[in-house]
Amino acid sequence: MTETKAVSAQERALPRLSGGLLRRQLQQVLAFASLIVVMAFFSLASPNFLTWSNITGILLSTAVIGILALGTTFVIITGGIDLSVGTGMTLASVMTATFLVTWGWPLTLGVAGGIAFGALMGFVNGFNVAVLKIPPFIATLAMMLIAQGLALVISGTAPIYFNDVPGFTAISGGSLVPGVPNAVLILFVLTALAAVVLSKSILGRYTFALGSNEEATRISGIDVAKWKIVIYTLAGAFTGIAGVVLAARLNSAQPALGLGYELQAIAAVVIGGTSLQGGKGSIVGTIIGALIMGVLVNGLRIMSIPQEWQTVVIGIVILVAVYTDILRRQARAS
Amino acid sequence: MTAPPVLALDGISKRFPGVQALSDVDFELRRGEVHALVGENGAGKSTLMKIVSGIYPADRGTIRLDGEPVDIDGPLTAQRLGISTIHQELFLMPDLTVAENIFIGRERRRLGLLVDDRDLNRRAGELFERLGISLDPRTKVGDLTVAQQQVVEIAKALSFDARVLIMDEPTAALTESETEVLFGLIAGLKARGTGIVYISHRMEELGRIADRITVLRDGRCIATLETAETELREVISLMVGRRIEGEARPRPPSGDRRVVLRAEGISTKGLLRDVSFELREGEIVGFAGLMGAGRTEVARVLCGADRAESGRIYLRGEPVEIRSPADAARLRIGYLSEDRKRYGLLLDQDVGFNVTLSSLTSYVNALGLVRDSQVREAAQTYVDALRIKTPSLRQRTSNLSGGNQQKIVLAKWLAKDCDVLIFDEPTRGIDVGTKEEIYALLNDLAAAGKAIMMISSELPEVLRMAHRIVVMCEGRVTGVLDNADADQETIMEYATRAGDHGGIR
Repeated sequence: MTETKAVSAQERALPRLSGGLLRRQLQQVLAFASLIVVMAFFSLASPNFLTWSNITGILLSTAVIGILALGTTFVIITGGIDLSVGTGMTLASVMTATFLVTWGWPLTLGVAGGIAFGALMGFVNGFNVAVLKIPPFIATLAMMLIAQGLALVISGTAPIYFNDVPGFTAISGGSLVPGVPNAVLILFVLTALAAVVLSKSILGRYTFALGSNEEATRISGIDVAKWKIVIYTLAGAFTGIAGVVLAARLNSAQPALGLGYELQAIAAVVIGGTSLQGGKGSIVGTIIGALIMGVLVNGLRIMSIPQEWQTVVIGIVILVAVYTDILRRQARAS
Repeated sequence: MTAPPVLALDGISKRFPGVQALSDVDFELRRGEVHALVGENGAGKSTLMKIVSGIYPADRGTIRLDGEPVDIDGPLTAQRLGISTIHQELFLMPDLTVAENIFIGRERRRLGLLVDDRDLNRRAGELFERLGISLDPRTKVGDLTVAQQQVVEIAKALSFDARVLIMDEPTAALTESETEVLFGLIAGLKARGTGIVYISHRMEELGRIADRITVLRDGRCIATLETAETELREVISLMVGRRIEGEARPRPPSGDRRVVLRAEGISTKGLLRDVSFELREGEIVGFAGLMGAGRTEVARVLCGADRAESGRIYLRGEPVEIRSPADAARLRIGYLSEDRKRYGLLLDQDVGFNVTLSSLTSYVNALGLVRDSQVREAAQTYVDALRIKTPSLRQRTSNLSGGNQQKIVLAKWLAKDCDVLIFDEPTRGIDVGTKEEIYALLNDLAAAGKAIMMISSELPEVLRMAHRIVVMCEGRVTGVLDNADADQETIMEYATRAGDHGGIR
């Protein structure tokens, strides 16, 4: 009885679903198409672009920003912002170094500790936003400064090297899957995980609900404060992972690095079609956004365009991406 | 006939994705006429007026002003042509003063830069005097009541010396005396030759102020009638396309009904003082009173949105603590706010998501993943049961009419299996036909054993629906009446017992 009912409900929903699919995913489709166009352009412009080593190079350089952008996507869909992921990542890598190098913890424990420290920073952000009601911009700006300062204080302003920690650099540099650096693998696995959490889990649904109308969500009986803390903590955990991956890639915790990464992460999220107003966005879009930026930087470098110009191009790309999104929404509204 | 009508619409059509909002609508407004535009929600009234005020372009058709065809390509053009609109929703800036709001963009400046505040306030004062409004132009709009804000919005529209004035539900938030003031204003405008398009769901108003009534249904113009020669009942049946039953009263509840919720001595920091009442199984309790009597505040305490300072709430005899809406939802108390868009709906999410928002946890597997097929099935069940008109579960909620949005909020709480339902002005801004459906739903819910609290400012609605009536005034309960003992006069008497706080013995 219930079986047949379930089937009929699904049948009813299916044709509608496929009909609207293309339109609803248009932003991602557009972003993906632009990625292809950009890649095609660089392939024609330079024979060195479309090679396996260059592609893995792009993916490797995208990994850290990509991981940060995944967590940031959740926060931005709630209508919030997280400015602390850049320096938070730095502090997480300094803490990982402290655990592994200074305190001599075993590898797994130290790595887990670094990630947990990131999550802790996210938790504090979430608490400040949800319970103390500090606006996300201010709360995470403060955390950004605190993390930046602490990273310098704890490291004594000097890089900490992992030379005596066997196996640490393999976290990013090794290849569990032949030909694919682990950092890239980690990015892929986390992307898949984040995509499932955002689109399928109750956390994901509440993320969208919060961004659509927080007050209505609260009146609907959802513990808004709790879920906000969970979401910021999740973003913090991604920050921690990014910290470990970066440290492993550089074989060191660099306390002066990290500032500005948060803006690149936000840029990736926005290019991917997530709305800063909240209530709308996707993980696939974010990853495509991060890749577009990675490909642009790489391609422009291959074409020997000075680094100064690369950021100019990325700025323009952000404007174009967001403006296309506005045009598309206007077209749909009329 | 001599002079051409001040506004003439000819064959206006407008299509939205999936809906033909207007097909071939003709409409004519004479100088000095109040022409009412009525129809169910979704009939196309607002769309038609948005075309006239330049918010949407029409797909086809012509607009003539004083006989001249005009091309209204935006709100500014409309304003320049002398078309002013008072929207249902207020578009005021709460942090600016009354005068600043009225003359925004038209401030006189000193030294080319500085706003001349004195001049601003003087002009606003003159305008108010001309219109017979008593408001201080220097007050911040955010400090005014909704009704006063409405008056500001009206004054702003009138400050343009419009030849066509469109009023969309201008009295929805007004008290009776404020409505009288508005009608006085309208009479003055008529005398000066302004044509007024008047959109309202309040049928009884139309008989008083409308010269003609045009009925829209499903985007078509059904009829234009002279008010003087028309029975209102006839208008209603034209609107809904069927006859509406007369003044019914609820059947007295049969047998013993268990008390589901009991409130004892609820007081808040703000308004409420010692509020006590009971909600019983299968019973609709109407909450009557004037605006600001504290009825919504009671509802907000029950649903955990606000905290009470003192007092107790018992659910089936057990004392309960309601500290947050999450607590209320766990106790299966659902609240349907008068402000659906703000407190009820995720407007940019789809219908299915909204219906299942409160009950989402019951469709989750051990991994925390949502079982989408179950969500769809549940949502479809309620969409069918409440006859929510939507092309699909994937439809964005903002695209539905007010009545259907209201049903979605109700569906959300039914999906949560709430047995105490608090309706705050359940039919506000909802057309006559859908109103009947909401009434039928309320009766069905009561018959199914739900305990229902219904806040309503429309006394006929209270008398028609409520088994018992709690009357409030200035934060206190001044009377509890059985439906059989209640009539409009008695309720109004209790509702105006300011100062007489002894209540009814």
